[in-house]
This record gives sequence, C-alpha cells and structure tokens, in this order.
Amino acid sequence: MTINEVQDNIISDFSISDDWMDKYDLLIDIGKNLPAIDPRFKTNDYLIEGCQSKVWLRPDYDGQKISFTADSDAIITRGIVALLIKVLSDRTPDEIIGAELYFIDRIGLRQNLSPTRSNGLLAMIRQIKLYAMAYRARKN
Amino acid sequence: MRIIILELKDIAEIRADFPLLSKKVYNKPLVYFDNGATTQKPQCVLDAIQEVFTSYNGNIHRGIHAMSDMTSEAYENARERVRSFINAARKEEVIFTSGTTGSINSVAFSFGERYVGPGDEIIISNLEHHANIVPWQMMCQRKGASLRIIPVNDDGEILIDEFVKLLSPRTRLVSVTQASNALGTIVPVGEIIRIAHSAGIPVLVDGAQGVQHDVVDVSELDCDFYAFSGHKIYGPTGIGILYGKQKWLEELPPYQGGGDMVEKVTFEKTTYNELPFKFEAGTMNFAGAIGLARALDYVLETGRKDIAAREKMLLDYATGKLAEIRPLKIYGNSKNKISTISFLIDGIHQYDTGTILDKQGIAVRTGTHCAQPVMDRFGIDGTVRISMCFYNTLEEIDTLCTGIEKVIRMFS
Repeated sequence: MTINEVQDNIISDFSISDDWMDKYDLLIDIGKNLPAIDPRFKTNDYLIEGCQSKVWLRPDYDGQKISFTADSDAIITRGIVALLIKVLSDRTPDEIIGAELYFIDRIGLRQNLSPTRSNGLLAMIRQIKLYAMAYRARKN
Repeated sequence: MRIIILELKDIAEIRADFPLLSKKVYNKPLVYFDNGATTQKPQCVLDAIQEVFTSYNGNIHRGIHAMSDMTSEAYENARERVRSFINAARKEEVIFTSGTTGSINSVAFSFGERYVGPGDEIIISNLEHHANIVPWQMMCQRKGASLRIIPVNDDGEILIDEFVKLLSPRTRLVSVTQASNALGTIVPVGEIIRIAHSAGIPVLVDGAQGVQHDVVDVSELDCDFYAFSGHKIYGPTGIGILYGKQKWLEELPPYQGGGDMVEKVTFEKTTYNELPFKFEAGTMNFAGAIGLARALDYVLETGRKDIAAREKMLLDYATGKLAEIRPLKIYGNSKNKISTISFLIDGIHQYDTGTILDKQGIAVRTGTHCAQPVMDRFGIDGTVRISMCFYNTLEEIDTLCTGIEKVIRMFS
C-alpha cells in the first residue's frame, strides 16, 4: 500500500464513531498492538525530546527502506507513534521526506485528540524525517 | 439534610460569581481541578480591570493630568489593600511584581549582590517549585555559594531536625514554600522562621500555594520576605507581590533599572527613588494590581476562615473517596495539607489518565508540576494532580471518581 492508501485506511477506521471516547479506545488498541521495541534500544539515544511521556523511536535502514520500532510509557502516546509507524515504516527515505501527513488533521489527532501533546507529535514526525534525510545524505 | 440544602444554595451563589465555571467542554460541564496552576476569576475582578481602561486609564506617577492622577490613586489604593490583606506594617513594604517567580528572582538577585559571597549557603527544601530553586542556583553560581536542601519524609513532610542541622555560620538565607504545589503539604513556616531567626538568618516564604487558602499575616509570621501571585488567588495574570521588611528593602540594591525607580539620573551616577518605587522599574502592571486588589477584597468578602473550612471539607472528602479506588496511590500524606492531591493509578501513565479525564470535562494537571526534585524524592516521573478551591463541590469530586473508574476500565 502507498503512504496515502494507509492514511486513507486510518481515516476510515477513525470515522466509525463521533464519540471521542470510541476514538480513544481505538487508539489505545493500536497502542497495545504495537510490536515491542528491543529493550536495549530504550536508551536516551533513541528518546524523543518534547513529549510529556517518554517516547523511544529506533530506525533500521537496510540500504533501501527504513523501518521503525518504537515504544512509550503512556499508551495513548504509543498509539500515536504506532499510527506514524503504520504510515511511514518500511518506506524509502524519499517517500518519508515527501510524505504529506494529512491523516493527522483528518482524524483530529492534532486539534482534538491531544491538544497538549501536539508538540510531542510534531517532535516524533520531525525525528522520523530527520532520520530519512540523514540516510538519504549518507547514500548520496 | 437542612445543612446540605443550605450548603448547596451557598455554593450555587459562589459559583455564579465565576462566569467560566458554567462553561461546558466537550459538551460536558467543566470540572475545574487545576486551581493550583491558576484560578478562575470572579466577575467583580473582570469588571475592575475593565473599569481601568474605560474610566480612568493613564500612566501612573507621571502625568500632570486627571487620568494619570486617578490611575495613580487607584494603584496606590491597591497597594494599601494588599498591605492590609497580608497585614504588613507599612505600605512601602509591598512591591508589585510580575508574580511569585518575579518576586523570588528579585530577592535572589538583590540579596545575592548585597550579602552573598564565596562559600556562603542558602537553604531551601526538597518541596520547592522550580521558581524557588533556579533563581537561587543562578545566584549561587554567580557568587560561588551553594544550596543546602531540607529533606522530607515519606509523607512529604519537612524534617525540621534536619533543617536545624543544615544551619551554619555560612547560611545567609532560608527560602521555603508555605505549601507544596506538587503534594499539598503545608510547611510549618512559622517554626522555620523562629529557628532561623534565633540564628540571625532571614527567611523568604514562597506563598504561591499558601496565600489563597487561609489567613496570612506577615507581621505575626515575622517572615523577612513573602511572595505570591495574583492569578492563583482569583486575580489576573502578570501581577504578583513581594513583601519585604523595610530594613531589608532599604539595604538591598534594586533588581532592575528604568523609569520611576530613580531619584536623579546623570550619565555619571543615578540615585534611587524611595521605597517601594525603588523596586518598581518601568510602567508597572497597574491594571493587574487594581484587579488583584479587587480579588483580595472578594476573598475577604467571602471570608478566609470560611474558605479554609470549605477547602478542608473538600480535601477530606476527596481523600476518602480516592482512597476507596483500589489501584490508586496518593503521594503526599502530610497531616496538614492544602486542598491539593497528587496521585497515580497503578500501571497507568499520568498522561493517559489526564487525557481521558480531560475528555470527560475534568481539568487536572499531569507531569512533574515544575517540581522535579519532589518527583525524584519519590522515585516517580510525575503524578496526576487535583488542586481544589472553595468553589469546587462534592459532586465534582464524585464526577472525578467516576471518571477515574472509566480510565481504569479503558486501560486495563
């Protein structure tokens, strides 16, 4: 699936209910189902600054595509980073750098889902894009 | 039964004074439990601020015109009402600042310049808000001095015996909070002041979480400095108070230079204005000062003893109800507390709890509450904090408990 197809699927999943509690239940489920990160990568090297809860994000580049694993000590945050991984993991650096992440606004992740966590969300996206830029630079 | 009905009527009247309390969030009635961060404002305060700009706005202490005169008079009248509220001996001992943080920074700088040198020591406690830590650290770094920390026990209470041991010939000042913003502990500042004074050491009391909860009498307390913020006592933001005993304020150099704080300026030398103006450089937040004075009047009209009694009732009720929730642990179990409770639910991150409570219309604070050393003391990286005040209700506490049960269901 393309990045946009995955985004459209997420938008469709989150449109099942207008009740924010249902959306949170969905996000909590997604967070619980995020594959665990290898505990030895839960270090300060992979910690993302700017979140009230701790978020670890680790990239793995095979020369073609970057895959990400992540974890957070808060489940809602884990759900948010899991969504980003669904959309942006196993992509080439160019795909990641060029991605327009419209699903965030469409499911209300920015405005409604977590007003105070916006900074953390933006920090996560920035970190993913920085990794992609670094790998592209290394390849060139 | 009759008591309950009277109680409900009274509280309905009180709540009607605060326009924002009837607001809905996410289509649910707002339950506002973040008063430790900032309180809501009664209509009379909003009116007083509005009146400044619609009736007499002019810059203070400067103009020869009527508007300036009226504003200056209202501003100085506000100072007198603050003086009376905290029972300072003189109006000149009441300095308007931007808030508690501004007040403490001002003392840390000025006191440091005048009295602190290499090897000297400042004593604070483990309970302090960052605003009562960082300004002293900055000053200590500048002066080659160091901080000494009064430890707390597992209930979050100051260990007075340990405080006594920290006093040394190098101690220059003690700065302690009146009540912990993170745990709610009421600190026995009177005892700390008596002990420090017996060693000839002055004491600053951070009243940011104290002044709104009970009667504060700086003369009886005998503190050397007292700081508090307007917005935590139903007044506007951006205004606060530094009380200082005249003998200290006379001796300390000013913190900032600018207009109105000077007597005579030449390029070679400046002589400073008399108290309190020496510490009020530039155009002060006079609308804030007038709004704050109105808020203090409101507190007096409501009755400080009544406020304290109501808040004690809320604290006892909430503590009892929260204790019934099994996987919940309260941090800070001092015998004397303001109406603030910090807690964690076993296995659920404070941020998840706060987020789901918010969506139910319940405003709490999560995180370290600008008091990271307190969190370190208890080996945690944050809590959920409810900070109540007299306009909160028992029903709101019930709503909170129902909300917490829902959080537990969602995350288990």
